Amino acid sequence: MCDTCGCNITHGNRHLIEEGGKHAHTSDDHVAIEVLENLLSENDHQASHNRQHFDKHGVLAINLMSSPGSGKTRLLERTIDHLKNRYKIGVIEGDLETENDARRIRDKGIPAIQITTGTACHLDAHMIHQALHQTPLAELDLLFIENVGNLVCPASFDLGQHLNVTLLSVTEGDDKPAKYPVIFRAANHVLITKSDLLPLLDDFNPEKANQSLQQIAYNTPVTLVSAKSDQGMDEWLAWLDTQINQAASPPAELQAEPL
Amino acid sequence: MHELSVCQAMLRQVEDIARREQAISVERITIQIGPLSGVVPELLQQAFSIAKCGTMAEAAELVTASQPVRVHCLQCGYESDVQANRLLCAQCGDFRTRLISGDELLLASVELTKN
Repeated sequence: MCDTCGCNITHGNRHLIEEGGKHAHTSDDHVAIEVLENLLSENDHQASHNRQHFDKHGVLAINLMSSPGSGKTRLLERTIDHLKNRYKIGVIEGDLETENDARRIRDKGIPAIQITTGTACHLDAHMIHQALHQTPLAELDLLFIENVGNLVCPASFDLGQHLNVTLLSVTEGDDKPAKYPVIFRAANHVLITKSDLLPLLDDFNPEKANQSLQQIAYNTPVTLVSAKSDQGMDEWLAWLDTQINQAASPPAELQAEPL
Repeated sequence: MHELSVCQAMLRQVEDIARREQAISVERITIQIGPLSGVVPELLQQAFSIAKCGTMAEAAELVTASQPVRVHCLQCGYESDVQANRLLCAQCGDFRTRLISGDELLLASVELTKN
């Protein structure tokens, strides 16, 4: 990515859009305007605004993505059980319909805002901004955003989160990263969930899932977890601790930066 | 299926530019969509044929171009074109690579008609 505007001009494609390149073309009766902006610049602008809100309040925002039914809400419930005495947690839930997931989180005594997208297959930065008006950011350390269950669309929309976590449940198949490389490449941590079911499934091999991730140049943590048996939860919680501590004490060069 | 959202965002951007330039219509929109951008060019074209109605780009052509998926190996330094779900160095096979093209989602240029 380009450092100044966040667009995707790289040294691999720059020649196409500079003067004389095939996209700098002007025909006789028309005026060609070079734009060179990210196609989702409106969303990205809102996303960076959201990120400033999070930073101002010292909140670490984590976006959870996966296919439907891979256990995002269950993971959150169990994570809240373990962490709610140490951190102040909030949740934004994204679903096409129903308040069901937000209700499950509220039953844990945690503030949860439900976004119902109607027919939209993903959350975007504007929806998150709306939800932030109802979110007690000043009281939080950690905000989870549970995206709409979908392995394709959520990957294209920056919400302003600091980190992405992508879940892959053992009932889905160990070659998912090869089929959906975009969403797995975006992850800062991949959780292989429902590991308690592994003894029942002879066609999911965690080692193959790891290889599939390596083939898309994924070089960050992968943890096998079960929110039911608590297998791997220590590793996941320790990772969260590290991220929260790093966010609370950013490197010196970032501290001085004005909003 | 999020291509319609992407398309609507693109059209808002394009119309902003056209109004700023005091153009009367948009003739051509050129975008770059890499195989790893998460957007499918064919679906974006379909969405465009619907979403452009009633906009300044109603008669516009949407031109999509794609870059090869290309990685730089962090181990041996070699650059190679690879498949979207196999981002390994073609020279040494290492998985520690950095993507240098193929994830673009970029509005490259617009062509306008002025008075």
